[in-house]
Amino acid sequence: MSDKPPIHTNLKTLSISVLLFVLLIGLWELAVRYLQVPAFVVPAPSSMFRALYQGIASGLYVEHVGVTLIEILAGFAIGSSLGLLLGVGIATNRYLAYFLYPYVVVFQSLPKVAIAPLIVLWFGLGITSKIVAGALICFFAVMVNTIAGLRAVEQDRVDLIRSLGGSDFQVFWMLRLPSAMPFIMAGLEIALTFAMIGVIVAEFLGAERGLGMLMQSMNFSMDVAGSFSILVVLAALGLVLNRIIIFARHRLIYWEQPAGVRGSDPPETH
Amino acid sequence: MPIANAVDLAPSGRGTGQGNSHPAIAVNAVTKRFRVGNDAITALEEVSLDVRRGEFVAIVGPSGCGKSTLLKILTGLFAPSAGDTRIGGTVTTGPRRDIGVVFQSPLLFPWRTVLENVMLPADVQKLNRATHLTRAKELLDLVGLTDFKDRYPKELSGGMQQRVAIARALLHQPAILLMDEPFGALDAMTRERMNVELQRLWRIHNTSILFITHSIPEAVFLASRVVVMTPRPGRVAEILDIDLPAKRPLALMNSPEFGAYVARIRSHFGSVGVID
Ligand SMILES: Nc1ncnc2c1ncn2[C@@H]1O[C@H](COP(=O)(O)OP(=O)(O)OP(=O)(O)O)[C@@H](O)[C@H]1O
Ligand SMILES: [Mg+2]
Repeated sequence: MSDKPPIHTNLKTLSISVLLFVLLIGLWELAVRYLQVPAFVVPAPSSMFRALYQGIASGLYVEHVGVTLIEILAGFAIGSSLGLLLGVGIATNRYLAYFLYPYVVVFQSLPKVAIAPLIVLWFGLGITSKIVAGALICFFAVMVNTIAGLRAVEQDRVDLIRSLGGSDFQVFWMLRLPSAMPFIMAGLEIALTFAMIGVIVAEFLGAERGLGMLMQSMNFSMDVAGSFSILVVLAALGLVLNRIIIFARHRLIYWEQPAGVRGSDPPETH
Repeated sequence: MPIANAVDLAPSGRGTGQGNSHPAIAVNAVTKRFRVGNDAITALEEVSLDVRRGEFVAIVGPSGCGKSTLLKILTGLFAPSAGDTRIGGTVTTGPRRDIGVVFQSPLLFPWRTVLENVMLPADVQKLNRATHLTRAKELLDLVGLTDFKDRYPKELSGGMQQRVAIARALLHQPAILLMDEPFGALDAMTRERMNVELQRLWRIHNTSILFITHSIPEAVFLASRVVVMTPRPGRVAEILDIDLPAKRPLALMNSPEFGAYVARIRSHFGSVGVID
């Protein structure tokens, strides 16, 4: 997208950002010690890292990360697939659009997490309710983006395929779908974050296993250092998943890669 | 859908063929009205013209006089309100497979390489890949883009992209080529060069071309006949034979004959002052 070189390739900027990180953690540690912040409000980074280490070393976190990860991935896969399918249906079929779009609009204005308590009530404390919550929240992001992408096609391009005798199906397959890919991928990127939110909120509300449930129980026992260490785990998890999506996006939308990847600008021929 | 092979698919022979009485394109008293709310606007009124086989005809007219509408009627995308159009003698009833179209913008597909873009008609019409791949490479050679066949469109300049669009329009050996202000978005220098290239291409290929433009000099430089249209509703004001040699160097634009043709056409718009 941008012509600037990625900033982290520069060794100097990299060392500055590492330094900044160490400095911030150090300041945090000092502030907690010297201002005597109670440990149940904000823990010192040292106790947070200790909790993190113990959690990982004892195998406790690994088990719960596994559960949460499966819930996120399943919710994301189910919600995104349904969002994609319904998006394609609404964007290509006038009847589907006419009958379904009003519900979409109403549902879109509803804060989806508000349904989470009901979902836990209906689907119980196991992983099903978490998957449903995750799927429901990310479903809309993908559907809305799919519809927007499929509709944002220049009429002249459609006319071009039609003037060659192309069918509706060919217009869809050769033109609309590839044009919509950047929108769909952007939708998937948001959807992944949304699936995480849905799963964690549902785990807060009632679960047998999972990072959200673990954090909730730590909160009850005033183990704030433990809660913070779970946040670190969640941030790492989110980061890894987001990287995977971005990698997939670069693969699928190869034509939007920054210019210059294939070498210098072409000279004009005469 | 009409049968494509009603028309000779090979680049139409030299000049008016032996015994082939049908013009490549015939527009017979075409009227087109659009309903906009409760009003009907007349975009075209009783327009008649034809393009003989291997002929290059240009249409000039002010903005909004229905030039693009006429082009869409010829491709079968719009039906006329009255009158009809014929390609090689067959009345157009819907999109057909033997027409090449070049629009104002190149409309290349960014996810396809240059070569794959030129192959689009073959993919849409499910034509033989091997033979058309060879043809696509020949066409790219003809428009001077062989070295760029594996590049993506965004790596090409506007003029180069439009040359790809022209190669693409010729891939399936269309009986006729329709061009709707193909060079309108280009700078003056590139535009002149493209005019010279198009002229060369037309002389080599001998395709029947209907070329829409805002530029009177461009029309006179390229065409063997120029159709002048009136402001909306678009009617044919005059059809002018351009009696200049087929091979025209750019310098011809400075000649008095050339100037006379330009002045003659401009006189249609002088009073209205609607064309650049
Ligand atoms: N699909 C449509 N629905 C309603 N009106 C239309 C439609 N297409 C074109 N028109 C109208 O028909 C008239 C002719 O339009 P057209 O695009 O053919 O003009 P044009 O000669 O190509 O103009 P330009 O030189 O600016 O491209 C215009 O008034 C336009 O508003
Ligand atoms: Mg137009």
